[in-house]
Amino acid sequence: MELDESVIGLTGEKYTFDVEKRHVKQFAEAIGDQNPLYTDEAFAADSRYGQLIAPPTFAMTIGSEGGDFPIELDTRRMLHGEQEFIFYRQIVVGDRLHCQMKVSDLYEKEGKSGTMQFLILDTEMEDDTGDLVAISRTNIIYRPKA
Amino acid sequence: MAVMTELEYGNLREGQQLEPLTKPPITKVQLVKYAGASGDFNPLHTDDEFARKVGMDGVIAHGMLVMGFLGEYVRDLAGTNAEISGFKMRFGAMTRPGDTIICSATVKKLYSEAGKNYAELDLQAEKAHGKVVGWGSAVLYF
Repeated sequence: MELDESVIGLTGEKYTFDVEKRHVKQFAEAIGDQNPLYTDEAFAADSRYGQLIAPPTFAMTIGSEGGDFPIELDTRRMLHGEQEFIFYRQIVVGDRLHCQMKVSDLYEKEGKSGTMQFLILDTEMEDDTGDLVAISRTNIIYRPKA
Repeated sequence: MAVMTELEYGNLREGQQLEPLTKPPITKVQLVKYAGASGDFNPLHTDDEFARKVGMDGVIAHGMLVMGFLGEYVRDLAGTNAEISGFKMRFGAMTRPGDTIICSATVKKLYSEAGKNYAELDLQAEKAHGKVVGWGSAVLYF
């Protein structure tokens, strides 16, 4: 099945993500990132943030937690081509983020093996006050059927 | 804090190459840890037998782990002087356990907007032998 423009604007279910200390620590440790802003409470308390923060790519983990998504995709044809994060403020430990994924674009390009489709999925994250904190933007390359 | 000195806007110039960050070689244990921490349990990253069935020599690293290395680098550069407003990466060659990734950056553009100073950085993640595994960029404000 090829995708068509009717998918643009489709949204996934809204969900809530709590940014937890232990999760951020495990994530930073997996990367081998020893920045004390992620794990050292005394250091973080003295910083401009006043509290522990999350590493930049932790936003991907938040964005991929989403509920059911309204498009059926063949995972064998999917390639993660590009990833982007737009931050309106730093994500901090203790944030409760209200998230929703939406299909923000679909476009095509001619490739060696036929027409490649590019699907742009945005997960928007808002805090409890309704302010936008970050957007995780995933560009999926959807390869032609073999 | 970390291995490198955080940036100061006044010391930057366009075209400047910043001190790179060399990560320790990727291990299989690290891929298991990253799977657990990120929730990406695609067996391509943790199960050699599965990876061979789909035509690989063995497991490959999560692209997002390599982006995580770049994120570590950018956050270190920002230090406590700057904030990250944008960060992106385009994924190139595959990375395997044993590969050493070197993160590097060049100052692409410096500009001021609404009372803030911005630095746009071009980022690269390459394997020790010079093969680029990802291209990226980040925008910092001071």
